[in-house]
Amino acid sequence: MTAPFDLNDDSVVVIIGTGAGGGVLANELAQKGVSVVALEAGGRYLPEDYINDEWDSFGQLAWVDPRTTSGDWRVAKDFSGLPAWIVKAVGGTTIHWAGASLRFQDHEWKAKTTYGDVAGASLLDWPIDAAEMAPWYDKAEAKLGVTRTGDRAGLPGSNNFKVLEKGALALGYKEVHTGNMAINSADYDDRMACQQTGFCFQGCKWGAKWSAAYTDIPRGEATGNLEVRERAHAARILHDDSGKVTGVEYFDKDGNLQMQKARIVCVAGNSFESPRLLLNSASAMFPDGLANSSGQVGRNYMRHTTGSVYATFEKPVKMWRGTTMAGIVRDEARHDPSRGFVGGYELETLSLGIPFMAAFLNPGGWGRSFTTALDSYENMAGMWIVGEDMPQADNRVTLSDVKDQWGLPVANVNFSDHPNDIAMRNHAYERGEAIYKAVGATRTLPTPPYPSTHNLGTNRMSEKPEDGVVNKWGQTHDIANLFVSDGSQFTTGAAENPTLTIVALAIRQADHIASEMAAGTI
Amino acid sequence: MGKIERTGLTRRALLARTVAAGALAVTGAGFIAAPDAAWALEVSVISEHQMATLLQMARDIYPHDKVGDRFYAVAVKGYDAEDKKALVDEGVAALDAAAQAAGHADYVSVGWEEDRVAILQGMEDTAFFQTVRGGLVTGLYNQKEVWPIFGYEGESFSKGGYIDRGFDDIDWL
Ligand SMILES: Cc1cc2nc3c(=O)[nH]c(=O)nc-3n(C[C@H](O)[C@H](O)[C@H](O)COP(=O)(O)OP(=O)(O)OC[C@H]3O[C@@H](n4cnc5c(N)ncnc54)[C@H](O)[C@@H]3O)c2cc1C
Ligand code: SF4
Repeated sequence: MTAPFDLNDDSVVVIIGTGAGGGVLANELAQKGVSVVALEAGGRYLPEDYINDEWDSFGQLAWVDPRTTSGDWRVAKDFSGLPAWIVKAVGGTTIHWAGASLRFQDHEWKAKTTYGDVAGASLLDWPIDAAEMAPWYDKAEAKLGVTRTGDRAGLPGSNNFKVLEKGALALGYKEVHTGNMAINSADYDDRMACQQTGFCFQGCKWGAKWSAAYTDIPRGEATGNLEVRERAHAARILHDDSGKVTGVEYFDKDGNLQMQKARIVCVAGNSFESPRLLLNSASAMFPDGLANSSGQVGRNYMRHTTGSVYATFEKPVKMWRGTTMAGIVRDEARHDPSRGFVGGYELETLSLGIPFMAAFLNPGGWGRSFTTALDSYENMAGMWIVGEDMPQADNRVTLSDVKDQWGLPVANVNFSDHPNDIAMRNHAYERGEAIYKAVGATRTLPTPPYPSTHNLGTNRMSEKPEDGVVNKWGQTHDIANLFVSDGSQFTTGAAENPTLTIVALAIRQADHIASEMAAGTI
Repeated sequence: MGKIERTGLTRRALLARTVAAGALAVTGAGFIAAPDAAWALEVSVISEHQMATLLQMARDIYPHDKVGDRFYAVAVKGYDAEDKKALVDEGVAALDAAAQAAGHADYVSVGWEEDRVAILQGMEDTAFFQTVRGGLVTGLYNQKEVWPIFGYEGESFSKGGYIDRGFDDIDWL
């Protein structure tokens, strides 16, 4: 059969969500001849549609269906209905993402063994390691066209990078460069080189940045094996008496409830929606939700220890010009408990335009302390902290009392910082401020975390079924033909931006699913 | 809803009808206007005094000395609406009462910003303050006309990005 597929076709793999995980998985399976129906809650937007304007772009792409929050994180106070800044569209959050593409460090696959017991943390080792992942990282880097891997050159340094670089080198940092970016430094894979427009977060209008929206998705569709159903919101995964999943109920673009039969279902709705869907699929046989015999669905939510440091200088920087995140200091990413915390963090260039700076510099802040910082916007440089946060059992996604437009309970996101997260953030603020002071900063602004852009861990991978939701292939421990294919699989978060690893895992999972299907085992 | 427009009123005519001194003029004719007649804001639901108070409050919450009143006026003009009237009535009355308790005629006639800020700090947790402050975050800073005052250049795709327009032109490092 070729796409489009019939609702009653029970030979298809149904993938829910078309972002970094689902979008790549869909294409990889389609390339192998597997029939795929991908359900995507959002609509389709391509480079010509993207808008060089922060709020207009947010309105076009962001997931703004209701969510609720709790816990002591500041986001719950300042942005109580917006715990995450992620995309609802074909291609998912790979439209918004900045392209920073780093491999995990070897020891980060074994956080529990490396860090030992950390009070209050639910650390675990991944059931896979660096050696096993190396060939999949190679494939992922080639797919994304990551700079400084293969024979791809680095991006040129922007003004914002040059300030970071000079300060970091002055402090003696060694590993400082324009990053490993899924952004073309030269034409590659039918995509052009970066034009330094500076709106990487708003969707790259040149297609220089990799996004599933205009690479993997159309390529998968071109095989005839992939049908992407847009504005199709998965509501519930169904199963039979033997406990195998049989299909997915979803609301189509007209609001009608449909049911697509399936041989295999792969959940890839990002770390809030994936556990929400499993919980909302509870049945008489699985009263706590699908794949939840361990009680781990929704738990161990991680968002990276983040924060930003902005600084003002005597003269202009114009940080908004050029690639948003092409600049990194990696020296603090190591595990070195003498700093007062386990794990490490990266420092990466970051810039926001005036509209977002006003919203995120100090949410709720007002008066001259706030406005004089914005008055120096032109003279500002910025960096983002991204470090490993501790998984905690009670940092979790549960079903809220609030319902969405489909009448389905929405995700409540409960999060509180672990003391290790706080110690790491404070260390990173101090280092970031020191970097900028070394180049003459007149004022430094340690800025609190934004709504989460990295959402991980709520269906975590574990060796033992009682410790997590999925095995080393992303296959749920409880149900053989139900997989998780997005960032919610993460056992621990590592210090690195997650998407390269999500993509590598998706390529690997596609290989596994296709061979198991061929062998007739699922 | 009020609307901002350039007026043909002369400076002298405006000054003659001014009922309160300050950076802006409450004209008593259904609109408030800049003393130099560069802009005016009509009100139909709330009073001129209330609009003038909102404008001053907006300036005191997010004071930018290089940003003219007309931008703040755009940000608060939406309060001249039936569904906002109760909030404004209560909020402005509270501001004026606090000003009077501190020995002033009303909020807009408090001379120093720091004295007005002290009044605002006392109201920080009220729905009125939080609504006005929250609305300004987009109402003020998302005006494209304001961006150049901060140096921000906005959209760049149509100009070909910055690859040939100074993405790496820093010269003082
Ligand atoms: C501003 C920003 C910058 C970022 N920069 C970087 C970076 O530089 N490097 C990096 O590694 N990462 C970055 N990220 C993070 C990165 O985008 C995410 O980690 C990644 O996209 C997550 O992949 P995912 O597959 O888990 O989910 P997503 O990519 O979010 O995809 C999930 C998809 O599922 C859909 N969906 C959800 N629920 C349903 C449902 N019930 N039915 C149907 N569809 C559904 C959603 O609409 C969405 O399209 C950034 C994120 C943001 C927001
Ligand atoms: S700076 Fe480069 S990658 Fe970013 S949006 Fe512009 S062209 Fe795309």
